[in-house]
Order: sequence, then structure tokens, then C-alpha cells
Amino acid sequence: MSVQSMLKVERLTKTYPSAGGALTVLREVSFDLEPGASLAIVGPSGSGKTTLLGLCAGLDRPTSGQVALAGETIGDMDEDERARVRNDHVGFVFQNFQLIPTLTALENVLVPLELRGEAGREAEAQALLTRVGLGARSDHYPIQLSGGEQQRVALARAFINTPKILFCDEPTGNLDGDTAHAMTDLIFEVNRERGATLVLVTHDLELARKCQRILRLRSGAVISDERT
Amino acid sequence: MRFILKMAWRDSRASRRRLALFSLSIVLGVAALVAIGSFSANLQHAIEGQAKGLLGADLAVQSRSALTPEAKAFLESLGGERANEVSFSSMVVFTGSGGQTRLISLRAMEGGYPFYGEFLTDPKDAAGRLARGEAVAVIEETLMSQYQVKPGDSIKLGSSQFTVVGALKTIPGESAAVALLSPRVFIPMSRLAETGLLGPGSLVRYKTYFKFPPERDVEALVRDLRGRFRELRLGFDTVEERKRELGQGIRNVYAFLSLVGFVALFLGAIGVASAIHVYVRQKIGTVAVLRCLGASAWRSFAVYLVQGLGLGLFGALLGAAVGVAVQLALPSLVKGVLPFDVDFFVSWAAVARGVGAGLVICVLFTLLPLLPIRRVSPLVAIRSSFAEAADRPDPLRWVVYAAIVVAVAAFAWWQTPRWQIGVGFVVALGVSFGVLAGMARAVAWMARRFFPRRAPYVWRQGVANLHRPNNRTVLLLLALGLGTFLIVTLALTRATLLAQIQGTSDGNRPNLLFFDIQDDQIGPLRELLAKEGAPIQAQAPIVTMRISRLKGRTVEQVLKDETSKIPSWTLRREYRSTYRGTVAATEKVVEGTFVGSLTPGTEVTPISIERELAKDMQLALGDTVEFDVQGVPMQTRVASIREVEWRRLEPNFFIVFPEGVLESAPKFFVAATRVATPADSARVQQAVVGAIPNVSAIDLTLILQTLDGIFSKVQFVVQFMALFTVATGVIVLAGAILSGRYQRLRETVLLRTLGATRRQLLQIQMVEYAILGVLASVVGCGLALAASEAMARFVFETKGGFAPAILAGAVISVVSVTLVTGLLSNRGVATHPPLEVLRQET
Ligand SMILES: Nc1ncnc2c1ncn2[C@@H]1O[C@H](COP(=O)(O)OP(=O)(O)OP(=O)(O)O)[C@@H](O)[C@H]1O
Ligand SMILES: [Mg+2]
Repeated sequence: MSVQSMLKVERLTKTYPSAGGALTVLREVSFDLEPGASLAIVGPSGSGKTTLLGLCAGLDRPTSGQVALAGETIGDMDEDERARVRNDHVGFVFQNFQLIPTLTALENVLVPLELRGEAGREAEAQALLTRVGLGARSDHYPIQLSGGEQQRVALARAFINTPKILFCDEPTGNLDGDTAHAMTDLIFEVNRERGATLVLVTHDLELARKCQRILRLRSGAVISDERT
Repeated sequence: MRFILKMAWRDSRASRRRLALFSLSIVLGVAALVAIGSFSANLQHAIEGQAKGLLGADLAVQSRSALTPEAKAFLESLGGERANEVSFSSMVVFTGSGGQTRLISLRAMEGGYPFYGEFLTDPKDAAGRLARGEAVAVIEETLMSQYQVKPGDSIKLGSSQFTVVGALKTIPGESAAVALLSPRVFIPMSRLAETGLLGPGSLVRYKTYFKFPPERDVEALVRDLRGRFRELRLGFDTVEERKRELGQGIRNVYAFLSLVGFVALFLGAIGVASAIHVYVRQKIGTVAVLRCLGASAWRSFAVYLVQGLGLGLFGALLGAAVGVAVQLALPSLVKGVLPFDVDFFVSWAAVARGVGAGLVICVLFTLLPLLPIRRVSPLVAIRSSFAEAADRPDPLRWVVYAAIVVAVAAFAWWQTPRWQIGVGFVVALGVSFGVLAGMARAVAWMARRFFPRRAPYVWRQGVANLHRPNNRTVLLLLALGLGTFLIVTLALTRATLLAQIQGTSDGNRPNLLFFDIQDDQIGPLRELLAKEGAPIQAQAPIVTMRISRLKGRTVEQVLKDETSKIPSWTLRREYRSTYRGTVAATEKVVEGTFVGSLTPGTEVTPISIERELAKDMQLALGDTVEFDVQGVPMQTRVASIREVEWRRLEPNFFIVFPEGVLESAPKFFVAATRVATPADSARVQQAVVGAIPNVSAIDLTLILQTLDGIFSKVQFVVQFMALFTVATGVIVLAGAILSGRYQRLRETVLLRTLGATRRQLLQIQMVEYAILGVLASVVGCGLALAASEAMARFVFETKGGFAPAILAGAVISVVSVTLVTGLLSNRGVATHPPLEVLRQET
């Protein structure tokens, strides 16, 4: 089945109840992303980037509007169905790495497969770790790895289930300049190899310019949607 | 499923030691249940195995008076083997050891009793010499050591001398405990008459033992005998009867102790829940990532449920192993109380029950902190600060609470198949935990509210630590307070009881009682006691009688009446009544008027009856009772009802007649006097027994010792069980401190960065734990005071004692235990390299 659109967002609005009335953090955001494309979401702090990403990945429910991920409308799904969709189609790279501290690098990479009940794919995971340059560190626990190394493990984990779409929230936000550069390159390389759609939240305009499209947010609204 | 198990296994890797530690909280609770369960299975087995040895015969027929010739002839016609025993209280004189005297239970034996089991003596041939009818005696082992009697020494019983040939080790059908108050002395029946002790009025028990061929239906025989000799009021004892009684007794004790053990399990489970609570909090990030990666809510929950199950299983199995080890120690704890030998074996059913109970309770409790895992939002993974919107109430929580209540009730009901006990236990447990928790909360709040603001820094910081976010002060107070509460309640209750009995020895109250005084002996005794400097303070004539009619109906009719709720002992017993002109100091009239003397010509004698007995017999003022006073019928009516303070060592009576009716009936006396010292008591007793050998004496101190002996045994066993709760409290404390160790580590590192010295850090900890200990003991002792006061008032009907020594001891030990546990569990925190802590940040 071919999908014309990998991620389709329609009039997405998110409001939080707060002491001073409802707080609208996303306002009627719409965009459409074809398979294999890459999108950067930029904007000042508090503009709603993380919120948007979370809604796209089905981590939260919008107040109104629709999200279709790989052709599946996730708005009507319950939490567990959305979890299944994530497991099938989505990869994540977080700002603060989010490795599971009690698992080794290799085991962290394997988690999405284990969740599907697939066993015996250690070789693949090992290959991915080698691909991100950590072939020799697969038995190490997260605290035994540096921040950059942890993020590379996270990248390997994001790709193990051959996701159709990869979500990154400030993947280099916690890394220093050089490490950040190397990480960015790695993300784009691996993404190209695997042919996944990429959605990237960042403050870093240089990084954003590597994407095919840049979506600018301010106070929850899209102020521009341009192709680079 | 595979994922769940694998993930659970991997995720627990780093914290398996910690989880194992949490599981220790339930180990002792399960151990207690397994130990008593398995041991009581041993006991039941022993009862089955040694059934015949429990009685030593197939049938024992007991009578309070010598058998009538017809009854005797009939019993002889029954066939089988027969043996006779006559027993009554008397005084023994140890001629060898300076003529000391002691109240004993004299047993004259004839025939081949016991037919089953063994009459064990030391040396072994003593039983044989007794059987041959020599002028010999076998005496209780405790008498041998207490009065330094050796085989070959002689003792005096009444007017004859006997040679002690050995010490009694065991005799079937009786435990050594029966001999606490009056140790046993066995002599041959053929030598009884020459002692001259069998006077009228002595409370004698005649027993005939039978051994029948196996095919004889003893139960049917008993039914026949009961109908045939109804008016003789015989007692029958069969092997089945013994088994039933013993079995019921053991089941009751077992149920009680299991419930005590369950308290430890319950506390431990709360401890586990609280430790898991901390554990889960640290896992929220992991859960959120799992959810992002596509794990369903149920699966991520299951990962931790499996860990909780594993923990419960580990704790329960370890508990079972410890329980079996404890079971090995139990027989020596109850030695001398059991009338039979117990073989050790592990009852797997009991082990399974203990493990099952432990697992169920533990898992139910761990569900409480695990349930929120279902609601962890995957958003947490992308938002560093976790601000979950105000939690909606989780209906499943209430399901778990309900399940806990049901499980506890089911456990109690299972132990004691009466639903009232199940409900009562749940309520009692709920109320005591609720009150404890409430008090703990109040006390913790007060500590903060009223702690002086100007106190030195380490003090303020120590108190502040008790209120830090995520503190578990209430749990710790609960854990320590519960143990304190149980142990202190026991100690206070014992103190109350002893103080109450001791109280009767104050002032000028009588403390030495003489009984079995014949009509013609009271005069000489009075003179003798006056001469010895211990004049009689109270004396009372006793006339024995039985009830023949109650409110116009014969006793037999009332006994046959199925609807009658009157206990049969009140109708069958022999009443030892007195007559006097006034109300005694130990009683007061609560209804009607006490009639002191009979106006001439009265047909129906006005009597006074004791309140409880009146209640049992459903007698009210004016009701008529016909007594059979040794063959003479006597019409009476209830003229007054008295409340009697039985605990006083003074002659007290159920039924008091007025003067002028019973004077001419055959009677004997009791008399009471006061002696100043134990030496005086011994001297007076020796003088009396020397002059009037059939008079028996009992000293208040003897009763005190006996009661204290019994009570300390009971207290020991209950305390042994309560100790499981105390130890569980300490483990919960250690577990709680250890699971909060990481948080503490970070605080300490922070304080050190700010320049705190190691000494200050240590002081802060000491202050924190000392205050915790003080608060816990205050809570525990406070509740214990309330509980023992309630016990004293409602169970023992006296005033509760205030025992500062016990309370101070409790406070000191709880504080030291808390300090030691706290400091040990936090060992190394103050010296931990800060960098490592910072790196561990997840
Ligand atoms: N649970 C919540 N309740 C109320 N307001 C919220 C909640 N979560 C986020 N917000 C608000 O929504 C707005 C957008 O937040 P969001 O995290 O999406 O911003 P961002 O663009 O990712 O910022 P940054 O660049 O700092 O990560 C913020 O003003 C934030 O305070
Ligand atoms: Mg953000």
C-alpha cells in the first residue's frame, strides 16, 4: 500500500486548563508530510514545539483537530492502539536520551523488537550499534556511556524497528558543539539509508536548514512553512 | 508475555538486591504462620498417634463421692481391666529437710494404671515398687529439687511415714502444668487408710480406669452409664473425648497465634508496599520510554507486577524456610505444657498455607503502588518535569482495598471458622492500624508545629527531615509503634494482674488459708494459731449440699430440658455453702436484703446467692431452690444477691445461709490468718500440720508464684509471636531507610557542598532517628496504656497499673533500636563521594 502522506496534521489545537482560563498552546496547526521527507519545527521556547511533536507521535490527545500517522487516524484510538502504532511505525530520539538505565546498550536497542515478541535479532541490533560507532560498547549500561554515546544508542534504538517516521526532540540539545555536529550528521545519514520520514524539533537554525522543510511556530501558531 | 518476563528480569537487574531486601519485610510474617501451622499439625498428629496414651485407659469414671455399692458392683461387672485412684489435696511434711510443709495433690493408686503409655519415674523401678504396695511414695520432680529430697528420704503424709523412691517424670493423661499449684505425690492405695487423711468434708475425687478389648464400644457404654447412674453425677472421660478436647484446645491456640502472626505479615506487606512506592517513582521515566516505544499500559504495568510477584514469592519462600527453622525451636518453648510427646515433621500443607497467605497479602499490597504505572503518560519522556494533572481517582484502587479487606477476613475466618471472628479481626486490625497511623500523623505534625525555632541547626534539620517531601515518617512510626504497642500491652497487662493479686497481700488482709478443718478441730486450731502469733481473722463453717429442685422442677427435669440454657455444672456440682449473720468484707449485696438469722418458725429459708451464679441459673429474688443437705431436703428462696470479690484469699461462697438452720448439719471449716513473713508462714504451717495432720494450708505467695508462672508462660509464647511483629517493624524501618537512601545521599552531598562537616551530618541523622524513636514509642506506649487499661477494666475488672519502669524501658529500647538501625542503614552516606552521586542522576 502506498500512502501519499506519511504525517497529516489538520487544524490541530491543544489547550490546557489553567488558573487564568484555558491556555491555548497550539492553535489550528495544519501540515502534510509525504513519505521520506524531512521537517524541522523551530520556534522560541514555549512556542509549543514539544507539544506538537507529542501530538504527532500520539503521545497525547489534541483538544481538537486530527493527526493521521502512516495513513492511520490516531485521534480515535485508545492509548494501547496508539502504542501499537508507535511500535509499528515510529522511532524516537529525545533531548535527554531516555535510555532505560537498567538495560545494557544492546538491550535498550532491542526493546522495541521485544515488545513485538520478536526474538533472536541481536545480530541486527549489534549491527546498528556498530553503525553508530558503538559496536564495542554493547554491554555497557547507560551510566557507563557519555551523553553523545547515549544519544547514539538512542538513535540505534529508534531505527531497530525500521520506523516509517522518526521523531527527534532537540536531539543535540544536551550535547556540546562537536558532538552535536557528529550526531546531526549521523541522524541524517542513517535516516537517508533507511528512508524514514524525519520530524525534528530544534532551536538550531543550522540544523533546521538541513531539512527539506521548516515549520516556524510562535505562541502555538504556524507563522511560516517554507522549503529550503 | 515473553517480553514482560524478559523485561521484568532485565529491569530488576540493578535493583534485585534492593527488591530482595524489600521482600524481607514479609519473611517473618510468613515464617510465623508456617511455624505455628506446621507445629500445630505436629500436635494434631501426636494426638492421633498417642490417642490412648492421652488418657492411659479406654474409659475413666470419676466421682466426687465414694461409689455406692450398686454402682461399684455394676462397674466391676463390666469386665476388662480396672484400676482405681483416689485423690485429694493434703499437706506433705518433708521430715528430712527440717520439717517443711507443702500443699500437694495426693494420689492413691491401685491396679495396673496406666494401661496405655508409660508411668515414667526416675529411677525407673520406683513405679514398680509403688505398684507392689510398699510404704513408698513417688513425688513430683519439682518437689525433689525444691525441698532437696533424694530417693530414700522419708516424708510424712497425715500420720504415716513414706519413703520417697523416685521422682515423677511423666504419667499419661496429664501435663506437668496441672501440678503447678499442687504438685503430685503418689502412694499405694493400700496405704491410704493408715494416713488418716480421708476425713469427711475433704474434697476427694474417686476415679476408676478401664481397659477394654478393642471391639468394645466405649461411647455406647458411656451413654448407658450416664443414664443408669444419673443421680450419682458421675463424670466420664474417654479417649475420643480427650482427643476432641485437646484438638479443640490446640486449634484455638493455633488460631489465636496465627492471627498474631498475621499482624506481622500485614505490617510487612505495608512495608513492601511503601518500598515499592519509592521504587516505582524511580521507574516512571522507564515506563514513559516503554510507552513511547509502543508498550501498552497493561504491558508496562505487568513488567512491574511480575517484579512484585517475584519479590513476594521470594519473601514467602524464604519465610517458609525460616518458619521451618523456628518450628524446630517451638517444642522446647512449650515443654511441660503438653501431655504428650511431639515428633517433628514439616507439614507441607501448613507451608503452602503460609506461603499462599504471604503471597496473596504481599501482592495485594504491592498492587497499590503499582496501579499508577498504568497511568504514566508517554509524554513524561519528552517533558523533563513531570506535572501530571491532578490524579483522577482510580476505581481499581478501591477494588484492591476491597480485596485486601476480603483477604484478611478470609484468612481470619479460615483460622477460626466463625465469621464473627473474621469480621472482628478485620475491624480490630483496621482500627488499630488506623489509630496508629492517625496518631503517628498527629505526633509528626506536632513535632513540626511545636519544635522550637531557635533550636540548634542540627536539631532543626533533623526534625525537618521527618517532613521532607516523600517522607515515610508515618510508615516508620507505624512499623515501630505497632511492635512497641504489642509488647508493652503484654508487659503492662501482666504487671496489672500481678499488682492486683499482690494488692490483696497489703495491710492486714489474710494471706494464709487453712481448709479441711473438722468440726472438732476448729477449737484447737484457734488456740494453736493464737499461740503462734497468727490469730484467725476469718473463719467459716462449710456444709456440703446439692441442688435437688430449681423453681419447683427437679434437677433431672431441668437437665433433660433441651431448651434450658442453664449450664449443667451449676446443677450437678456439690455446693460448699456457709452460714453467717453478716455480709463479709469481700462482698456486697446488690439486690434484696441479706437475712442474717432465721426467725423461728420460718418454713422457707432465705438465702443469699452470688450474682454470676444467679445469672447462670436464671434465678431472681424470691425464686425457690430446694437443697439436699446430706440427705435432708431444705426449702430455700433467694432473699438477696451478692457481688463477691473472689480474688481475695478469704473464704468466699456462692451460697450463704442465715444462722440458725445448718448448725446441726455435718460440717467442717476454713480459716484464714495473716503471717508477716515467708518464714512465719512456714513455721505456722509446720506447727499446724504437726498437730492436726489432715488440715491443709495454702499461702498467698504460693498462689502468686503459680499464677505468675502460668502467666509468664503464656506471656512468653504470645511475646514470642509478637516479636515477629517487632522484628518486622525493624526490617520495614531498615527497608524504608534504604529505599530512601538515594534521596538522602543527594541531600547529604548538597549539604556537604554547602560546607557541612561529617560530624554535623551524623548529628542530623542521629537527631532524626532519635526523634523518630521517641515519637514511635510515645505512640506505641500511649496505645498500650489505653489497651491495657481497657483490658484491666473490661476483662479483669480492676484498675490498670501505671508502670513507669516498663514505659521507660520501652522508650529506651525503641530509641536505641531505631538509632542503630537508622545509622547502620545509612552507613557510608556521609562519606559517599559526591561525584558518583551526581553521575548516577537519571
Ligand atoms: N501540562 C501542561 N499544562 C499547562 N501548560 C503546559 C503543559 N505542558 C506544556 N504547557 C505549556 O505549553 C507551552 C508550550 O510548551 P512546549 O513544551 O511545547 O514548548 P517548546 O516549544 O517545546 O519549548 P522549549 O523550546 O522550551 O522546549 C508552554 O508555555 C508550556 O508552559
Ligand atoms: Mg521542548
